[in-house]
Amino acid sequence: MSEKLLAVSTSPHVFTREDSRKIMWNTVLSLIPPVLGAIYFFGLRALWVILVSVISAVLAEAIWLYARKMPLSMAIDGSQVITGILLALTLPPTIPLWMASLGAIFGIIFGKQVFGGIGQNIFNPALIGRAFLMAAFPVELTTWVAPTPGFHLTVDATTTATPLALMKFSHQMTPYSKLFWGNVAGSLGETSVFLILLGFVFLVIKKYIDWRESFSYVATVFVLGGIFWLINPSKYPDPLFHILSGGLMLGAVYMITDMVTSPVTPKGRIIYGIGAGILVVLIRLFGGFPEGVMYSILLINMTRPWIDRLTIRRRFGEVRK
Amino acid sequence: MKKRSLFYEFKKGLVAENPVLIMLLGLCSTLAVSNKAINSLSMALAVFFVLFFSSLIIGLIKNIIPDQVRIPSFILVIATFVTLADLFMKAKFPAISKALGPYIPLIVVNCIILGRQEAFVSKNSLAASLMDAIGMSLGYLWVIVLLGMVRELLGFGTIFGVRVLGSWFKPWLVMVLPPGSFITLGIFVGVLNWLRSKGGKA
Repeated sequence: MSEKLLAVSTSPHVFTREDSRKIMWNTVLSLIPPVLGAIYFFGLRALWVILVSVISAVLAEAIWLYARKMPLSMAIDGSQVITGILLALTLPPTIPLWMASLGAIFGIIFGKQVFGGIGQNIFNPALIGRAFLMAAFPVELTTWVAPTPGFHLTVDATTTATPLALMKFSHQMTPYSKLFWGNVAGSLGETSVFLILLGFVFLVIKKYIDWRESFSYVATVFVLGGIFWLINPSKYPDPLFHILSGGLMLGAVYMITDMVTSPVTPKGRIIYGIGAGILVVLIRLFGGFPEGVMYSILLINMTRPWIDRLTIRRRFGEVRK
Repeated sequence: MKKRSLFYEFKKGLVAENPVLIMLLGLCSTLAVSNKAINSLSMALAVFFVLFFSSLIIGLIKNIIPDQVRIPSFILVIATFVTLADLFMKAKFPAISKALGPYIPLIVVNCIILGRQEAFVSKNSLAASLMDAIGMSLGYLWVIVLLGMVRELLGFGTIFGVRVLGSWFKPWLVMVLPPGSFITLGIFVGVLNWLRSKGGKA
């Protein structure tokens, strides 16, 4: 009788069925709104780009795992599916399919597997893939088309510029409502702030991402962009435009929050977001590119070990130096 | 120290003690000029010339150089041959000389050359030094030429200026740029380490 009152066992005492595989597949679920948005705005071709990217990522991972004699089941643990989808969502709608495939393969091999596979990567693999494509095929990666809402099978694409490029190079403003709902030119999944926020709510409720990182990232862009706007409103875009346009929301929700590449402490995550936010504003306003989200996240990825070391909490009894 | 055969001194530079892939020396020029195979080959031949003749001269005079000033003396000898190579290429192959830019004069401070003088020539016989110089040069040559071929193939679709990939091929601009150099050399080093860990030999 007394045995049942007090069961003595070793830790862990709290169990959950949630493992990395489940987390990854749930994150894939959270990507459904932006994926549907991409197909809605850019036609069926968006779906092909996403499928090609995902399949390439899974195959690259499977071949690598096979060569290293590791369990092949790791090739469908969901993480490479996320990489594939995220990469596709950052690509322009007109990208040749083989380029999407090449980017996914490069991202998986050189962004993830050379560091040791899942959980070991320093950089976000999807962004590594995109950075490679950006350096290899700059023209294809910066050709944008106007959206054609309504799940069209085929689209007559008209080439146009993204809101950020319009702002930077010809000082044209895009209405906020278009930016919020996503009816603008841009990468497949970055246009609709609304759909990305749906995914954000799901991820935060599930506690898969830390809202502090996303919030400090976006808030920094808002504040710093706002400061420049107040200094010279005729030259710099206003802060609301900053946070609604480009890939900022996609990066803030799905990329900077990547569990593997984020600092572990809450304080560190806030610093991480602030650092990336500063980089975005600097690149957007003073750099050669209209958009700086990709490089801001890749650069801030490198600082993670130092941020972790600086913000690690003191243990009890440790003497302050 | 065990006496090694002259053939060993020649062979070790090719793979086992390869200056680029194992010792990771001379990376600046390796990364910078290997965007085309022909540039790589020219660079490697210049290095070959400088390394061989520097080793010869320094091997001959090493006993009369005071120890305290040996590095400046080595540099002086090396600089002489670098100047010879530089002027020769400027006169005979102006286009390639232009493509290689400052990297021919910079052979003076190339770690491979000075490193071999300091670490090998100053301690070994003249014959061994010459074999070492040939082996190291060839080790440098095959790596940088292969690197140049891979980068040229993917960056231009050609090898030594001959079109290999048809017009369907879309050149990867990145391979001509510095990142392509780092990526390709990284793959080389990784593959060689993997082969060595697997075979245990080489």
